[in-house]
Amino acid sequence: MVIKMNIEFNKSYSNYNYFLAENNLSIGDTVDVKTKETQYVGILMNRYESYDKNHIVLKLKNGYNIGIQIAKIQSIKKSDNLLKSGFQNKSFISNVSENLTLNQELPKVMLLSTGGTIASKIDYRTGAVTGLLSASDLYTSVPELKNYASVDTEVILNEYSENIEPFHWTLITNKIAEKINQNQYSGIIVSHGTDTMSYTAAALSFSLTNLPIPIILVGSQKSSDRPSSDAPTNLVGAITLATRLDYSGVFVSMHENLSDDVIACHLGTRVRKNHTSKRGAFESIDVSPIALVKDHEIQIKDFQSDFILNKRITDHGLQKNKLIAKPNFDPHVFLLKFYPGLDPKIIDNIQLLGYKILIIEGTGLGHVNKKFISHLKKSIDSGILVFMTSQCIWGKTRLTVYDTGRDLLSIGVIPLSNMLSETAVVKAMWLLANTEFKNIKTLMNVNYFNEISNITSIC
Amino acid sequence: MLTFKIFYGLLKMNLNLPDVKIKIGFEIHQQLDTKKKLFCDCYCVDANNLDSTFIRKLRPTQSELGFFDSTTIFESKKNRLIKYHFSPNSSCLVEADEEPPHDINSDALETALIISLALHSTIVDEIHVMRKIVIDGSNTSGFQRTMLIATGGYIEVNDNKIGIQTISLEEDASKIISDDGVFREYSLDRLGVPLIEIAVEPVTVSGKIEEIIKIATTIGQLLRASKRVSRGLGSIRQDVNISINDGNVVEVKGVQQLDQLFTMIKYEIFRQHGLMLISEKLKTIQKTHEIAIGSKIIDVHDIMNNSKSKVIKKIITSSGDCIFKAIRIDGFGGLLGFEPYPGIRLGKELGELVRFYGIGGIFHSDELPNYGITLQEVQMVRKRLDIITDEINAFILVGGPSEILDYVINAICERLSYALIGVPYETRAITVEGKTVFSRPRAGSARMYPETDIPPFQISPLLLESLYTKIPKTWNDIILSITQKYKINIQLAEQIFDSRYYQIFEKISDSTSIPPSFVASKLVEDITNLERQGFDSKLLTIDMIKDVFSRLELNEIAKESIPLIFEKIMKNDVAGVEDAIVVLGLKSLTETELNEVIDSIIQEYSDIIKSKGRDSFSLLMGRSMSKLRGKVDGQKVNNIIKQKLEQLVHNRSK
Repeated sequence: MVIKMNIEFNKSYSNYNYFLAENNLSIGDTVDVKTKETQYVGILMNRYESYDKNHIVLKLKNGYNIGIQIAKIQSIKKSDNLLKSGFQNKSFISNVSENLTLNQELPKVMLLSTGGTIASKIDYRTGAVTGLLSASDLYTSVPELKNYASVDTEVILNEYSENIEPFHWTLITNKIAEKINQNQYSGIIVSHGTDTMSYTAAALSFSLTNLPIPIILVGSQKSSDRPSSDAPTNLVGAITLATRLDYSGVFVSMHENLSDDVIACHLGTRVRKNHTSKRGAFESIDVSPIALVKDHEIQIKDFQSDFILNKRITDHGLQKNKLIAKPNFDPHVFLLKFYPGLDPKIIDNIQLLGYKILIIEGTGLGHVNKKFISHLKKSIDSGILVFMTSQCIWGKTRLTVYDTGRDLLSIGVIPLSNMLSETAVVKAMWLLANTEFKNIKTLMNVNYFNEISNITSIC
Repeated sequence: MLTFKIFYGLLKMNLNLPDVKIKIGFEIHQQLDTKKKLFCDCYCVDANNLDSTFIRKLRPTQSELGFFDSTTIFESKKNRLIKYHFSPNSSCLVEADEEPPHDINSDALETALIISLALHSTIVDEIHVMRKIVIDGSNTSGFQRTMLIATGGYIEVNDNKIGIQTISLEEDASKIISDDGVFREYSLDRLGVPLIEIAVEPVTVSGKIEEIIKIATTIGQLLRASKRVSRGLGSIRQDVNISINDGNVVEVKGVQQLDQLFTMIKYEIFRQHGLMLISEKLKTIQKTHEIAIGSKIIDVHDIMNNSKSKVIKKIITSSGDCIFKAIRIDGFGGLLGFEPYPGIRLGKELGELVRFYGIGGIFHSDELPNYGITLQEVQMVRKRLDIITDEINAFILVGGPSEILDYVINAICERLSYALIGVPYETRAITVEGKTVFSRPRAGSARMYPETDIPPFQISPLLLESLYTKIPKTWNDIILSITQKYKINIQLAEQIFDSRYYQIFEKISDSTSIPPSFVASKLVEDITNLERQGFDSKLLTIDMIKDVFSRLELNEIAKESIPLIFEKIMKNDVAGVEDAIVVLGLKSLTETELNEVIDSIIQEYSDIIKSKGRDSFSLLMGRSMSKLRGKVDGQKVNNIIKQKLEQLVHNRSK
């Protein structure tokens, strides 16, 4: 059976708008519609831009939406019979007001919103995602927050995370530095779309050195317009970490698995989104999460002995002096995933496009087809820096085990241990903007925020 | 007016139904018999085991028009954690709400369209999948996906056209396993199974509730006639909407059996009329006195904390941060305990209401002092509420955890304000005895908003055209044609058609010489008998049934063997038909083998045959059958023995 899916892009002819104008109707009107076959009473609803323009959408009294083909409509007029009563059902909550009085002694948290699905809602009339970030809205939808923190909120961006670019990282860095310098927050939360949240986490890990407090990135895999959204629990986890985690640094707070009871705290440089849709999509790679939050308690995990994590500075007066913000990023870094059949001439073209650093996601321990050697050598000799990571995701690169690896080493390819390729890209962009080019070769293998773990966990 | 024997709910005496205008409408929810679920590719089967679990918490969200639905708020105040049990054979990431829904199941959609056409309904031009917010945990997403397929239409019942309001296609919810007040547990296997919902236009019942049963039965038969719906307990459920004298409509959910429906409707008519009588009394009082609900609400926990009442002590110990509040209600004196009909009173309604919040009940001034609460304590409460005229002004006392008590008091006041109107607009549940109890405020349309993961879709006119040929004939026509074609009686025809063996019945009857009445009785009566003994009919596959009847056709087995083989298979004693035949020793004998067995018996009893002649037949028959039962048709043995005996006697007499 064939069902015609109703998505038609770029349809210029707008039968729909003409129809509404002609009948002097606007969205939200209650209308009586007569068609050849039957009649309906309902509220005229917005039709998404991407749907065809040959139907109008009506919300009937029973709450269902239906589409009516414009060509079939014999008459349509505003109804006297307003459907208000059927839509408003405020009983049982009318006089219990949420009069919120926050305990003045609660720790303060700044919540910076950058967009994405968390802490936002869909406006069904316009289809736009709008911020739900006034503190009172936040406390209404996540009432338990009032027990844990006094939250200030600010919308700094409104972008799906696939649209986030390095200049946005700069903006976020500056905003965080500004808030830290106000010396009043126990922690800062950045709400972010999940698709590129780990890139932003890595970026902030490098751009903000000597952080006095924890910076917690938080997102949601299920939008907050659903009762089952993971946003509230992720947010409660983030607030718990922002106010009570003993360490400073940049972390990601998301579900540990598909249950709503445990939130994991990942290192900003070692986290990856490993599933398209699951709540527990974010995983720490090669290490366990730093901490788990359960029942509002933080359980610190037994993390790597060579990790360096600074303790948070609890004295607000001392916070501002330590922070060093280097907010700039230079995007001339190319990430290449090697695969069988890839034409080595791509290497020459990458240089032509003006890239200064090439990060390769090689196979296994860090390999590419031997045909690449000469092309890579040519690029390296002309001044491009080439680093090797692995597409295996888990584990270290090691170029001394096989001939291919040794050949790569000999032409000057630099392995990056178990640094995630995404983290390597961000780190290279940051170094490119903030240090002398000649030092980058060495600095890429200097551990800034545990992006390299010398000891890889057995678990 | 109609008289009937009152069931145990109201009174053990005859009582006339009140002379009121009764309007009844209902929604039928029927599971569809599709292979896969509505929005994912999981099979619609029971879970293998329920060992895997995960935990969730659901929260209320606003509708697309910006309102919170009262039901949703109501449910969320209970603040429960939900534990889901699942098995990979019947659930995937979609049911776990971890993956967006797949494309809609086209078989389910086709069935919904066919039923809509059969009910003469108008199919909507463009179908929009909606989310109906349900945060009791029965849906992992916190909403049930549902879509309006068609509106209008009718079904003919006893030559009357009964109107259809809407036909929707939706997902079934998870099955509840338990609820201990902290965790509510569900199993995921039923979640996502396609359901069709048919809402029937309310009909005015003039004293004959039986008409309603007939409508429900007729729609049920139409659905079954399509052979596209599931059978068995729980596969069809009815929500019934009842109002009297054009008052508010009460929705009663989850009626599974028709006899229950009958009892419940009668109870509900008395209850609603009782509430109307109370409202009339209140209106009379209103002429002379002020009516005010909650004119004073005060904390009385200091009085109650010192009470010697065991009930009060139990409330204090069982809830952590327990407080007591008293609510003054002016004008209600005597009306909280007043019973216009036995068992129908406002006090009881309030008790049911607060139980929804996990609170055991309320105390009201019409019943106090009682339950160990002393007259002195009652007077202290009265004094604090400034109540002077006891006979006019009442109060309610309620205790529970401080964080929810205000919501409870709000709900009590809201409910009492309905006492003037009569019947509140609410959803009730049916009890085992056929009574109804409050379950939640009636869900508003504010809980519907679009499923943004699935774009709206249109049904092509070509498809619709092709579905007209698939509209099922009426039940009566189908049954009549079965009785005529297969020469079986109406009862057997209905049984076989309604069973899951109808197709195999047709196949066997059409392709063999075995009498259809025999095939039908084996398939419905024998299998049902074995099921009643606790054996599992699922073990007996269609292929096995086919095998058994083809062996019968070839005379490999005897008619009498069939139930024996079915029993062995349904007991899970054997792997298949062949195995059963071997284990039971039912292999039919060849003519030669049969003759050898009978000859040896005749040989053995030759002395007796000599002396008794023809009278030795029953002895020979008995001996033979003890060796041959199930292997050879008894009639055949009978004939052979008769023939042989006749010959022996004849020879001797020569």
